[in-house]
Amino acid sequence: MINLENPKKFSALVNQAHQVAAEIFRSNSRKYDLAEHSYPKELDMLAALLDGMNSAGGNGGAGAAGVRRDSKDGDSGNRNGSNLSTVLGVMELCWGDVGLLLSMPRQGLGNSAIASVANDEQLERFKGRWAAMAITEPHCGSDSAAIRTSARLDGDDYVLNGEKIFVTSGERAELVVVWATLDKAAGRAAIKSFVVEKNTPGFELVRLEHKLGIRASDTAQFALVNCRVPKANLLGDPKIDVEKGFGGVMQTFDNTRPLVAGMAVGVACACLEETRKILEQAGVKIDYDRPALTQHAAVAEFLKMEADYEAARLLTMQAAWMADNRKPNSLQASMAKAKAGRSCVDIALKCVELCGSIGYAENELLEKWARDAKILDIFEGTQQIQLLIVARRLLGKTSAELR
Amino acid sequence: MSLANDAMGFGLRVLNRFAGLPVVDRLGLRKPAEQVLYQATRTGFRTIGALNRGFTATQKLLKPARLPQSRAPELFDLAPSDEQQMLRDTVQGFALEQLRTHAAAADSACAAPAELLQQSSDLGIALMGVPEELGGVGSERSAVTNVLVAEALAQGDLGLAVACLAPSAVSTALVLWGDAEQQSKYLPAFVGEKIPAAALAVLEPRPLFDPMVLTTRAYAGGGGYVLEGVKSLVPRAAEAELFIVAAHLEDQGPALFIVESSTQGVLIESEPAMGLRAASTGRLILDNVRLPASALLSDAEASVYTDCINLARLGWCALATGTAQAVLDYVIPYVNERVAFGEPISHRQAVAFNVANIAIELESMRLLTWRAAGRAERGLPFSRETALARRLCADKGMAIGNDGVQLLGGHGYVKEHPVERWYRDLRAAGLMEGVVLV
Repeated sequence: MINLENPKKFSALVNQAHQVAAEIFRSNSRKYDLAEHSYPKELDMLAALLDGMNSAGGNGGAGAAGVRRDSKDGDSGNRNGSNLSTVLGVMELCWGDVGLLLSMPRQGLGNSAIASVANDEQLERFKGRWAAMAITEPHCGSDSAAIRTSARLDGDDYVLNGEKIFVTSGERAELVVVWATLDKAAGRAAIKSFVVEKNTPGFELVRLEHKLGIRASDTAQFALVNCRVPKANLLGDPKIDVEKGFGGVMQTFDNTRPLVAGMAVGVACACLEETRKILEQAGVKIDYDRPALTQHAAVAEFLKMEADYEAARLLTMQAAWMADNRKPNSLQASMAKAKAGRSCVDIALKCVELCGSIGYAENELLEKWARDAKILDIFEGTQQIQLLIVARRLLGKTSAELR
Repeated sequence: MSLANDAMGFGLRVLNRFAGLPVVDRLGLRKPAEQVLYQATRTGFRTIGALNRGFTATQKLLKPARLPQSRAPELFDLAPSDEQQMLRDTVQGFALEQLRTHAAAADSACAAPAELLQQSSDLGIALMGVPEELGGVGSERSAVTNVLVAEALAQGDLGLAVACLAPSAVSTALVLWGDAEQQSKYLPAFVGEKIPAAALAVLEPRPLFDPMVLTTRAYAGGGGYVLEGVKSLVPRAAEAELFIVAAHLEDQGPALFIVESSTQGVLIESEPAMGLRAASTGRLILDNVRLPASALLSDAEASVYTDCINLARLGWCALATGTAQAVLDYVIPYVNERVAFGEPISHRQAVAFNVANIAIELESMRLLTWRAAGRAERGLPFSRETALARRLCADKGMAIGNDGVQLLGGHGYVKEHPVERWYRDLRAAGLMEGVVLV
């Protein structure tokens, strides 16, 4: 039966995430925006708390734990499971601070990759460890099939060589999931992901980036020089299956894109809430029953933004709900990511404009959110990549036809 | 459990009605070649209101009959129930097969073929909203079901969908807000064989129209009320036998009045517009119209009026969503088949991204509308959700109508393809008030 309200059974979790966001994230937001590259030690205690919640059978809601599709679940009609609860938790936490969420120990995108594609032995071995994700290289970002980092089997090890940039939490994480190709000539199908321990010889941290936003989160560059990784650290199937192509590694994205969309929804929510407050203090109040055009121009703008926010939120919930109900959701995940990414940026920037110098100055967080927002329309697939995916699906085109 | 109470039984009843129709045999409908309403295509042709039937009570109700509120589900769910899905498929079949086929002719004639309207009422759409004790088949109040129906009809044609749905806006209003006397008098006609044309008239001809600030006035007089004013873009105005009219009641605020079309002082002026032409839009001129005291709906309660306005806006959201779906379904094969510079134009990002954005915003429109309707049917506040759905459907719906023409280029501009009609029709969704209720 059609119902688009948040399920009651997650209200305690959502409330908990909101408290964390309000008490811990918000109060440290500016501090770590200014002190880029310093470690937010306040998060250690919080992470321990989240671990406790996770092992108690609940869901921490910070992002990385709950994206695995468990085939053991009983199937009885409509399900609201961990995909939906996680995305709802992420929205709340990013209402607090998206940079700090990305810095949460043991909640990295590498953890998502492990949770999504690792076998049971690997799951057990990497349990409770913080994993970052390394895909991008200096010469390729969106075109991840073009990566040059190579992996060569030598005895019981793979030997990795190459360069990785834009690794979120790269300095702080204990593990890095590295994408590398077994055979450049074999194309996409030869690209596999490898779990690399941080202290592995030949795995060197080159530098940390200085960024527009999400400055609480460290972004690292690595060099891999004859870096030996045990054979058992290859995630998924080592065979080069040209039929399956990219399937294995790309599967992670179906799970992580709704999460990034959820992050964007959280930031947009913060911007709208703050702007509404500032406008109301200035005497501009929204009347939902009256036409937008007969109210203050700022109200008309606000309604437009709020409608986009609501659309992004519901599309994100849809993608997560489909994953919970084991329906294929690549299309919906990309639709949600595209809508949430662009709406979040538009909303954050417009909110700064509406609030004038109050929005632009560092006394408030609006200007920071407008800087943070931009990355959400870039990482885990840019706006343009999402549109390509959506278009190919709708039009029935291959990546060779619609490039 | 009686058949009518049973959800499955209800769906089967609707299906059974449908199966018995000649529509299903794919017999062609008589085209509206005989344009009895040819005047409708000309602006400003004025006539008196249609002669209405004698609305009489066939039974006396002691208290008004209402549909029970639907129970609130615990979980987030985007899957329609089995009966909703069946109804949606049935209505969609009718829309794509019949409404789409007759849309172009009805658009230029400014009239919906009578047979088509009869078939649509035979589908039993209006009956769903009427409780059983009044002869309907409704067992539960469901704005979501009404949204699904409006969406499905508009996939065929928006103008014809409006013509089909206009009477049920009046019956729905009576079910929701009529008292026992009003229900006994008027509702039997809406569950009979020949459903009267009827319309919910809210919009007025002025810029920046705000339904909370009406220029149509009602004041007490002669033991009842006197109405004065002009209503705009009223569907099937010339043939309508019954109107529900929004007017500002002196010393109270906006309120709804039941107006029979033969009442002295009711004038109809044709008002063909950019789109919605199949709905034969007209102005309803109220010139010193005297009504009995029993014409006022629900004692002019403010919350009833606001709900009415919002439920109508959701109706327009659903219609815009259905039309936008029609655009998407039409442009996909077109851009895949159309070749330029040696390959299908869909191989170009400029074209492909446009299609992707249509799909993304269309899905957004649908989800916002469903959420607001879901809240409405469960008795939760839904003003905010409605305002957001309307904003999005007005903006994105029009943008999709625009893209539909653009993607076909010059071919989109000529009447060989339906996209120019959808462009005209979709403009209405952002400015209409009243007319349809979910």
